[in-house]
Amino acid sequence: MTDAKKTNHERPRARVKESKGNRVFDVVNVILMTLFALIIIIPMWNVVISSFAGKNAGTFVFWPKEVSIANYIRVFSDNSIWQSMFISVAKTVVGVVFHLFLCSIVAYALSKRDLKGRKLYSAMGIVTMFFSGGMIPTYLLIKSLGLLNSFWVYILPAMFSYYDMVILMNFFRDIPDSLEESAKIDGASDWRVFFSIIVPLSKPALATIGLFHGVWQWNDFMTTKLYVTNEALYPLQMRLYDIIVQAQAAASNGLNAQVSIATTSKGVQLATIVVTMLPILILYPFLQKYFVTGTMLGAVKE
Amino acid sequence: MEKANKRSTGVRIKDWCRAWARQWQLQTMVLPGIIAMIIFNFIPIYGLSLAFRSYTVTSTMASAPWVGLENFKIIINDKYFWESVQNTIGISAIKLTIEFFLPIIIAIMIFELKWTPFKKVVQTITYLPHFLSWIILGGMLITWLSSNGMLNQLLNLIGIATKDNHILNANSYWGIASLSDVWKEAGWGTILYLATMSKIDPTYYEAAEMDGASKLRQIWSITIPEMSSIISLNLILSVSGLFNSNLDQTLVLMNSQNQPKAEVINSYVYRVGLTQGDFSYATAVGLGVSIISVVLLIITNTVTKKLNDNKSVL
Repeated sequence: MTDAKKTNHERPRARVKESKGNRVFDVVNVILMTLFALIIIIPMWNVVISSFAGKNAGTFVFWPKEVSIANYIRVFSDNSIWQSMFISVAKTVVGVVFHLFLCSIVAYALSKRDLKGRKLYSAMGIVTMFFSGGMIPTYLLIKSLGLLNSFWVYILPAMFSYYDMVILMNFFRDIPDSLEESAKIDGASDWRVFFSIIVPLSKPALATIGLFHGVWQWNDFMTTKLYVTNEALYPLQMRLYDIIVQAQAAASNGLNAQVSIATTSKGVQLATIVVTMLPILILYPFLQKYFVTGTMLGAVKE
Repeated sequence: MEKANKRSTGVRIKDWCRAWARQWQLQTMVLPGIIAMIIFNFIPIYGLSLAFRSYTVTSTMASAPWVGLENFKIIINDKYFWESVQNTIGISAIKLTIEFFLPIIIAIMIFELKWTPFKKVVQTITYLPHFLSWIILGGMLITWLSSNGMLNQLLNLIGIATKDNHILNANSYWGIASLSDVWKEAGWGTILYLATMSKIDPTYYEAAEMDGASKLRQIWSITIPEMSSIISLNLILSVSGLFNSNLDQTLVLMNSQNQPKAEVINSYVYRVGLTQGDFSYATAVGLGVSIISVVLLIITNTVTKKLNDNKSVL
């Protein structure tokens, strides 16, 4: 009796104490997470807002003394930026279309468990995930294929990815067979079934792969750096890289502000960064819908 | 007996071919993918044989004479290579240690946030840098670290007077390279953990609450054990990534002053192979490093398997 009373008495007290501890935890948690978000957002905000500061670009933290779009006018008055923008958009759009087409037809065929040779094909794919020839053998291959300084070097080597194919294949397997069978009875070919039944039902999976590959295409500069020397084929990322590296070379060789005519001004650099980043920011809300599926992709795309 | 067997093999092959022919439409769908893999994946893998040849501009890949381990012998006395190994390991060690622990902590903290809109905002903001290229981030970083950039202004605010351009300082390079990578990837690193945590049965927490377990206790005794397999997977990947270096990042951030601390294995391969044209030697360096990475992967996998009651995560 006394025992029960004691526990009854103690329990609520312990609980009050606990929830107070939990409240402290929650408050600290919210503060730390706010700090974390600020550490990410403030530097980016700094760059975006700096690009609107005219000549004083990069010299303050939160807000410029006067807002000007002079830097953007200078960026867009250069014809090469339009050329690069065209290349960037073209390689992204064409790249995504080719990538989706190739990965999804292979995925559809491999989603059929009775496909002859399926084990061999999968084994080959798994090898490509773990082994690669590396930079130099790949360079020599691209060279002997005549793809150096060709637009197709952006598209063809990245056209097939076993990993993306597996994600699509798993999605296709979840589509009920009964949908295909009725079409097959009506005499539709595999290609016909693929285009008129499978593709319309797989929009979310195709969108995931398409968006992540699109981001990769837009951001990729290594392909240009390795295989392209013709400036007419430079995408925005490569143009930006050249601007940054030139300015850096000037700074590290001790030629500072005095000789700044030869290098691109800080303001123009920042405006170019913002222009290059903008499409990603626009796509970002769409990307968010597919984050979890995309995780698997992100890990491999690195 | 043997005869019957033989015949059945023949029949099997015939059956197989007939079945293959029946699904020729599906086979035409696979074929372009197989061709793409052979050209862009398998031919370069065969090209690794360059590491054992002496390739010159005039020879083709197949006609270059074999030299055995000659290229690998040069590596041993190559001072610049060992410098790049040092830098790679230094940067990777800092980066991987932080990037292993931080996302686990952040994921738990995000998971414990109660107000969903706030949770969404934190996730939206912190995932964003993952989607920016290293060129964009490099350009930003150089701006923040420049003599009148954001970092110096913040330092001035708290009373440290400095006018240095930090990116030119070789001694800060390891810190800059690793921490900027943490900044870019820490948020995104939480996503797998969050996906795992959302699958934990909520009644576990309710029961723990009834027993009076504190928040920290619940995290320690429920959340972390439930995530153990994904944590060990990340550990294995982290350790085997010790020799990986980020070529994009290095090419943007490296300059003539920080180069002694910035040159990593990848950028060394790039410089020796594509700038100086020593293809065979560069291939040998790349191959050597890949082999070490695979060995590390196998070792960590075996160790974690032992620790995890013989359950392999790979």
